[in-house]
Amino acid sequence: MNTALFDSLDGVADALSRCMKCGNCMAVCPVYLTEKREASYARGKLAIAEAVLRGDLRLDDESVQEKLFNCIVCTSCMQSCPCGVDVSGIVIALRAALARGNGLPAIKKLIFRTLRNPPLFNRLMKTGASLQGLGLRRIPGDAGYELRFNVGLLAKRIFPGLAATPFREQAPERISFHKPRATAAFFTGCTFNYIFPGVAWDVVQVLVENDVEIVIPAGQQCCGIALLAHGDVEGARDLARKNLDIMDTCGADHIVTACGSCGESWQHGFPNLLADDPVYGPMADFWKSRTFDISTFLTEVVPFRKPEGRIAATVTYHDSCHLKKVMKVFAEPRTILQSIPGVTLKEMARPDACCGSGGSYTITHPETSAGISGRKIADLLRTGADEVVTGCPGCMMQISEGLSRAKQTMAAGHYISLLARSYREAG
Amino acid sequence: MMNDTVIAQLKDIVGEANVLTDKADLVTYSYDATADLPSRMPDVIVLPATTAEVRHIVLIAKKNKLAVYPRGAGTNLSGGTIPLQRGIVLSFQRMDRILEVDPENLTATVQAGVVIQALNDAVAPYGLMYPPDPGTVTTATMGGSVAECAGGLRGLKYGVTKHYVLGMEVVLASGEVFRFGGKTVKNVTAYDFASLFVGSEGTLGIITQITVKLVPPPQYRKAMLATFQRLEDAGNTVTGIIKAHIIPATLEIMDRVTIQTVENYAKVGLPTDAEALLLIEVDGGSQDLVDAEAEAVLKVIVEHGGKVRLAQSEVERDRIWTARRAALPALAQVSPTTILEDATVPRNRIADMLVAVQDIARRYRLRIGTFGHAGDGNLHPTILTDVRNAEEMERVHRAVDEIFATALRLGGTLSGEHGIGLAKMKYLGDELNGSGLNLMRCLKDALDPDSILNPAKMVPLKRSL
Repeated sequence: MNTALFDSLDGVADALSRCMKCGNCMAVCPVYLTEKREASYARGKLAIAEAVLRGDLRLDDESVQEKLFNCIVCTSCMQSCPCGVDVSGIVIALRAALARGNGLPAIKKLIFRTLRNPPLFNRLMKTGASLQGLGLRRIPGDAGYELRFNVGLLAKRIFPGLAATPFREQAPERISFHKPRATAAFFTGCTFNYIFPGVAWDVVQVLVENDVEIVIPAGQQCCGIALLAHGDVEGARDLARKNLDIMDTCGADHIVTACGSCGESWQHGFPNLLADDPVYGPMADFWKSRTFDISTFLTEVVPFRKPEGRIAATVTYHDSCHLKKVMKVFAEPRTILQSIPGVTLKEMARPDACCGSGGSYTITHPETSAGISGRKIADLLRTGADEVVTGCPGCMMQISEGLSRAKQTMAAGHYISLLARSYREAG
Repeated sequence: MMNDTVIAQLKDIVGEANVLTDKADLVTYSYDATADLPSRMPDVIVLPATTAEVRHIVLIAKKNKLAVYPRGAGTNLSGGTIPLQRGIVLSFQRMDRILEVDPENLTATVQAGVVIQALNDAVAPYGLMYPPDPGTVTTATMGGSVAECAGGLRGLKYGVTKHYVLGMEVVLASGEVFRFGGKTVKNVTAYDFASLFVGSEGTLGIITQITVKLVPPPQYRKAMLATFQRLEDAGNTVTGIIKAHIIPATLEIMDRVTIQTVENYAKVGLPTDAEALLLIEVDGGSQDLVDAEAEAVLKVIVEHGGKVRLAQSEVERDRIWTARRAALPALAQVSPTTILEDATVPRNRIADMLVAVQDIARRYRLRIGTFGHAGDGNLHPTILTDVRNAEEMERVHRAVDEIFATALRLGGTLSGEHGIGLAKMKYLGDELNGSGLNLMRCLKDALDPDSILNPAKMVPLKRSL
């Protein structure tokens, strides 16, 4: 992916010319496997992109737009592409061209403006938290909420609960040690901040247990991946610069994330977005190699203390797409899980098959997303595991919702929570 | 003629959601995996779920004289699924049910849209496998691979698709549903209909169900990698192995261009100074048998001046086959357009063919990497080019003409496993002569008098004869 792709369609033709239409991407595309349409997966989308560049199709054709947005950007296709076609770059480039051309749909504009305005975003999420009991009914187990009243498309969705107090308002900005092994800034991301503060606290606890000084800058913002995925390149750039300013001055040596999308943004998104920026480009490159998923940080940067608390459970691990396919993190979470006394890791079939979340995809394409989720839930239930964990809060929400639909009481957790629990059990 | 009434009727049959007419959808069914061919948008794509629905669609096509293009995954390499005369693309992507696995008769019955790998996954728990394994095994459908008679890496010992088809259900152009064969090992009732429809490329009938033979996979195997400093030596080794009455499961070749490209791409430790490599695997029911075969292969290799490395572990074995599987992807990375041919010669002429392709590459100033199923005499000369370069494409086309002429001169055939489709139609007369073309025409006219089934493929249209 490069900036030329984001800012104009000029680079797209070259990127497209690499595709030889072999169709390998069909076998791994979660959308195709659910819908069975040529336009569902990469080969078809690239053909549509070619037709747009040739002038045979119009970018503002409603059907073209619908097909361009019917992609989770999970990058599964890119893992099996023999020709190294930058599918996500091309898809985002076309979405960006669309956003530049006729702007984003009004509702998306509103959402993205909110993401870029932290005080407003914060206020909305807190208001939502205090009101959620009115319109939503808590589901048994820990899956979240469903609507009390039937409201069209959203009727069958299950919503995760919002935290009454966001994590960053609960947490101190700095947790210091006399002789820390390292100083790490915790980039929390929105989902941990507003929906899963408990997991964020588990990250903090694990870092504390390993004598890592922690900085949690209150001013950190959304990573912007949702904006970028929808083609709002300038919005994503704006957030990237703000996050760089904050992290660059917080005094940390490393950035730690616990979310595949946030980690991906630091490792790939920011450097790509800002490649031509004389000030922020080098800064993004600097932090690119100093950002780690918490599992990599604990296995490669500050080797973690062996947990001693026993958790007698069979656990299965779902690979988040952005964590495995973009950040290439898949061995480390398993190493952590296997280090916990009593934990047996039992792999599901296709652990790295997408769960169908894709951030907003699950809301914009509920039927396909539910189909994808159904396969994932069947695969993981077949292991007979007591617990399912992953490394991404988006996957946690999606899998928990799927489990709830399948009448299961179990909810998906984060692997770091198991490590934190083991440390706690040991006392 | 396609019109709104026809579209409405099609929607009645398969439901509105399974009839696609948006221009963006039409674009995505206008091509297949073949490079350097024209593309054409169909009028409509229909995705049936049952044989009855297929039959109704064919009846509508017949009444309205519309072309019907059956399509599986669209991964063929002969332009076989391009809807040249518009009309209806009949996609089998939804007809993907495995109807039965019969471990007592060692058979499976599937709908045409089942992916080959899905069948293998379903029969593996019974200790069985379906041997045909084209490179597209994870995407290609059973219907498509039967219609194309797909081959693959195991052809030498285990045969190709046609050796595994026991029975079929076919919707004829008349709208009749015809079932033949079944689970019996032997069947000489009437004509050998399997031979008629396997490899018919959708031109004689529409395959909706297939019953195939399954086999238990071999328990023991041994892989090796042989290095040669002369291309001829590798080719003669292939002939030597066959002549010594050893039938390896797999006997593959890579030339220098391919070796270097693969090593550059996959870094698997191939000897980049070699002129050719043979990648060989013998398998069988006992360790002794496999050891003896490996020993015999080794002897032939050494006699022809080759150096050999036996895989000492599963990891080493996997590395050899990773290298082989990387051949096409690696070559495809080099340039925007990859033209993959599959001219095939008798196995004792493989050395001649390899040398001839190298000579053609030199004379036409082209980059050609050759790899393929040497044990089958089936080579894949792969031309690395760019369709946007008109001058070079002109040379490519002349080189391809000459590759086919050479294969025929050596007693070979135009296509070992990719089929004729659109890509090789113009060469058909060179191999079959006028009488062959007439016979094809007769068959086509008898089974599809209105030319509605995959028209303008394989069998030249009447007016061009």
